[in-house]
Amino acid sequence: MKRVVITGAGTINALGHNVAQTLDAMREGRCGIGALEMRDVDRLAVKIGAQVKGFDPEGLFNRQQMSLFDRFTQFTLIAAREAIAQAGLEFSDELSARSGVVLGNSGGGMTTLDDNYRTVYEDGKNRVHPFVVPKLMNNAAASHVSMEFNLKGPSFTVASACASSNHAMSTAFQMVHGGLAPVMITGGSESMLCFGGVKAWEGLRVMSKDACRPFSANRNGMVQGEGAGIFVFEEYEHAKARGAEILAEVAGFAMTSDASDIVMPSKRGAARAISGAMADAKIAPDTVGYINAHGTGTAANDKTECAAVADVFGQHANNLMISSTKSMHGHLIGGTGAVELLACIMALKDGVIAPTINYEEPDPECALDVVPNEAREAKVDVALSNAFAFGGLNAVLALRSV
Amino acid sequence: MSVKEKVIEIIAEQAVLEVSDVTPDSTLEDLGIDSLGLVESIFAIEEAFDISVPFNANEPNESDFDISNVASIISGIEKLVSEQA
Repeated sequence: MKRVVITGAGTINALGHNVAQTLDAMREGRCGIGALEMRDVDRLAVKIGAQVKGFDPEGLFNRQQMSLFDRFTQFTLIAAREAIAQAGLEFSDELSARSGVVLGNSGGGMTTLDDNYRTVYEDGKNRVHPFVVPKLMNNAAASHVSMEFNLKGPSFTVASACASSNHAMSTAFQMVHGGLAPVMITGGSESMLCFGGVKAWEGLRVMSKDACRPFSANRNGMVQGEGAGIFVFEEYEHAKARGAEILAEVAGFAMTSDASDIVMPSKRGAARAISGAMADAKIAPDTVGYINAHGTGTAANDKTECAAVADVFGQHANNLMISSTKSMHGHLIGGTGAVELLACIMALKDGVIAPTINYEEPDPECALDVVPNEAREAKVDVALSNAFAFGGLNAVLALRSV
Repeated sequence: MSVKEKVIEIIAEQAVLEVSDVTPDSTLEDLGIDSLGLVESIFAIEEAFDISVPFNANEPNESDFDISNVASIISGIEKLVSEQA
């Protein structure tokens, strides 16, 4: 089996329009959550979110692209351009024929849907723009990445709600690991911060109206974010031969399903995914220094996740660090695992652990080192990234420093 | 603005050309308008004149609407606009 390394990373999210800005914000414990700016915001009960601000797609895309790209596709391409530029790869011939794109996404082009539903339902028009379907389809982003970078191998989009990106990156890892592709572009994106998207989440009554405070006893729900995180997963020998800078090694993964409830998480399903990822990566539990938590800030997730970690690691659960960066960039749903992988890379490569901000009161049911409020310097050799989705679909990635 | 002028303006915008570069005998291929560009042009024409153009992208040649060149498109639109009036 082939070793898989990350040779490029890119992002755009509420914390920054690239990786450097995002990692700076994580180091500083800056919060990207603020007042939502959108049409009819006064009709929303939840008026906060981690929106990408100061973003102008004009000039980044040509006219035809602008008419075909939903916001989630725009985010994806911006992040992909950054990641692939960092990797320094050009795709032609055999490399082009075998390399592909596997991305996570949950809602597809929600902004496009929202706008066009308004057109036909609210405005009573009987005609919509011809590109509605190619704009809103969940695979639009993956397809446009394949087109822009000439990637002709396996490409598709994975939808598993909040675990979409981790399922996608696990799948991409497996393809490179198994020798199917020398390089895979992977990660995920989401843009549900439109009126209908927020309204739908409101209905579930799990959203906070003031802040995302994972693991804090006074937490009161999740906060939605948006953006993209894209990575270049490359076969180790291929990367080494061309002298590429290696950000981290993807050592293994596991996927499990709770098979129990459509929204409530299960400690057992989460624990099986965490221990499965370590077994797949052949890493001893006591070598894990950092876990990027799923850490949504809901009552259900945070205590279930902490209990799962305690079960899997036993005494070592008290030695490792576990933080939720959703406190800063919000919950990117189908893109969340991708942006969160950046925190794992920062821990492994730079020795900086991103904090859980807004931590105010200890919760005895979340009695782990959640790196409260301030980033910490620490040497970490192995990091895990958790994602536990609605529908009981779990995916955990294991990363190692190189 | 006449129907002809408006249609030429829409086609020119789609082709990213000057209005003067779009002549009655230009074909869509000459103008570099592909199938996606064509459906977008027809959408813009429908919006501009508030008409419904009987064009099926599955069978462009079988449609009642002749798209063989700019002149045929203009005469088709003129007919639809006059029928609607």
